[in-house]
Amino acid sequence: MANESLKAKQEAYAAKVEKAVAKNPERINLPKMRLATPLDIEGFDYEKDLGFPGEYPFTRGVQPTMYRGRFWTMRMYAGFSTAEESNKRYRYLLESGGTGLSCAFDLPTQIGLDSDDPKAEGEIGKVGVAIDSLADMEILFDKIDLGKVSTSMTINAPASVLLAMYIAVAEKQGVSADKLNGTIQNDILKEYAARGTYIFPPKPSMRLITNIFEYCSKNVPHWNTISISGYHIREAGSTASQEIAFTIADGIAYCEAAIKAGLNVDDFAGRLSFFWNAHNNVLEEVAKFRASRRVWAKVMKERFGATNPKSWMLRVHTQTAGSMLTAQQPDNNVVRVALQTAAAVMGGTQSLHTNSKDEALALPTEDSVRVALRTQQIVAEESGLADTVDPLGGSYYVEYLTNKIEAECWDYIKKIDELGGAVVAIEKGYIQREIQDSAYKWQMEVEKKERIIVGVNKYQIKEKPPEGLLRVDASVGDFQKGKLAKMKAGRDQAAVAAKLAALETACKDEHANLMPLILDAVKVYATLGEICGVMRKVFGEYQPHVSL
Amino acid sequence: MEKRIRVLVAKPGLDGHDRGAKVVARALRDAGFEVIYTGIRLTPEQIAEAALQEDVNVVALSLLSGAHNTLFPRIVEIMKQKGIKDVLTIGGGVIPDADIPGLKAAGIAEVFTPGTPTEKIIEFIKANVK
Repeated sequence: MANESLKAKQEAYAAKVEKAVAKNPERINLPKMRLATPLDIEGFDYEKDLGFPGEYPFTRGVQPTMYRGRFWTMRMYAGFSTAEESNKRYRYLLESGGTGLSCAFDLPTQIGLDSDDPKAEGEIGKVGVAIDSLADMEILFDKIDLGKVSTSMTINAPASVLLAMYIAVAEKQGVSADKLNGTIQNDILKEYAARGTYIFPPKPSMRLITNIFEYCSKNVPHWNTISISGYHIREAGSTASQEIAFTIADGIAYCEAAIKAGLNVDDFAGRLSFFWNAHNNVLEEVAKFRASRRVWAKVMKERFGATNPKSWMLRVHTQTAGSMLTAQQPDNNVVRVALQTAAAVMGGTQSLHTNSKDEALALPTEDSVRVALRTQQIVAEESGLADTVDPLGGSYYVEYLTNKIEAECWDYIKKIDELGGAVVAIEKGYIQREIQDSAYKWQMEVEKKERIIVGVNKYQIKEKPPEGLLRVDASVGDFQKGKLAKMKAGRDQAAVAAKLAALETACKDEHANLMPLILDAVKVYATLGEICGVMRKVFGEYQPHVSL
Repeated sequence: MEKRIRVLVAKPGLDGHDRGAKVVARALRDAGFEVIYTGIRLTPEQIAEAALQEDVNVVALSLLSGAHNTLFPRIVEIMKQKGIKDVLTIGGGVIPDADIPGLKAAGIAEVFTPGTPTEKIIEFIKANVK
């Protein structure tokens, strides 16, 4: 038997190595797997475990030829200050070869507050662009053809309102909703667990999400209605397995909510999309992408009985890990981002944002954003990594890791099922605690130098303070408030009051789909804060679980 | 027995990035401090009130949204108005070097930026707590 012979030889190798290691120990904190062989993927069945790209279980990718036809979408997340400033940055990115837009909104916008709300003080335009009403959205997409570009919007609790504004701007440009391409993040569960921009409690939040699924399946059929996000879970400190496990558990909760609301799984599942983090450990990341596709395909086919192959596919946007950027020796971040990009591409992502080297210090300058975009273009055009499908498939180590991450993922899904699903697991603080524990363990490893971060706990140098960082002008807040006051003075107040009243009535009827009413309200220039205010009044606000 | 140092770890502003705040809170607790963590999205008024109610020796603020120049000084100001004295206030987050002198002038004793070992924060508190 071939395996018997291999087994004997592997044992001999292990014995020899153990003796050598006793004399010259290996480095600390290494993974257990020293050398993977066919014995470590016993029972490996090519057809069942990998199959072909574009086919179940999609381990090797969701498209038959992957990047041989066209590269992933190079989508740079951007937005700061005012709609006027961000519009300039978007047009610059598109002129530089970016192939999709990705909007960052400021925190008041993300939690449904207008710029004139006292809680918005100091935050206006800081981490993204401030949007108070349709008037700002018209400026944000000025001279950008929404029929041609695809736009991703990082917006969650008020996703319905921003999507409605996007549809309204497109309509004014003469582009009908069925021609629109893009994504809203719309993933409230990870906001409770890791990212923090929640507004309403889980029940009405899940209703808003299923309202969007239903509305878009009929009216905006090419829109990705949710981007179920592991990115922020990883940024909060989770491991690779936890990232995909908690996210897929969230995905299961969304599917269950939509099915419970009466939707047919194959009517919405094809528009679900995911969002992964591309972290530092290249091989582990590649395995994570592959494992996540295999798990999701099984969940959709076996658990939910989806029959359309599109429903089985885990399509994913990726961002390189912001938390791995160092404030020390920031030029080194260019190299980190290049390796993370390589991982995302070998993992088979559908779109990618690369971070800029200065982002541990501030929002990126135009020059550093260009290097980040060029990094993707170099990987695409020069590295050869995009020239064959799933280039690491069949590597003993990568297949072993893919199996291992998949198994860990199923363990977590089982545990979360036993707790009563992702919503309950979050309400009980289980997922938050798991993430926190991993984050603390990581930090202690760094402090004990069991984990090396170049420039942070090894190879440090004396540095001058960095120069040329982007600063958001402090006058942005006043400018935005002035614009808002002027807009409010010029609009049809009676129409605003009527549309908001209609929305309030609909909020109280749990069978009503709120999307058409929100669209009516944004079209008469009701503000984001006013619309979310109506929903806050009816739905209440989420009270977080705080634990250490 | 000597009274244990009480620390309020607080997140003002609207950002939800609480990884750093939680890691620091746990490290301080493991170092023997009594730690109260507020959770995210607190107003300056809420933080000053919590500092008063919890009778803390240290207020540790974490903010990653860029609103530190507005919010950190306001928290110090409101604590003063409430008659809170002898509290060591420190801050951390994505804070450009250029902003640090201004924050110190406004009453923030020290600002810890990305990559700081928790040990350094612990030492600073022990050396400077009033």
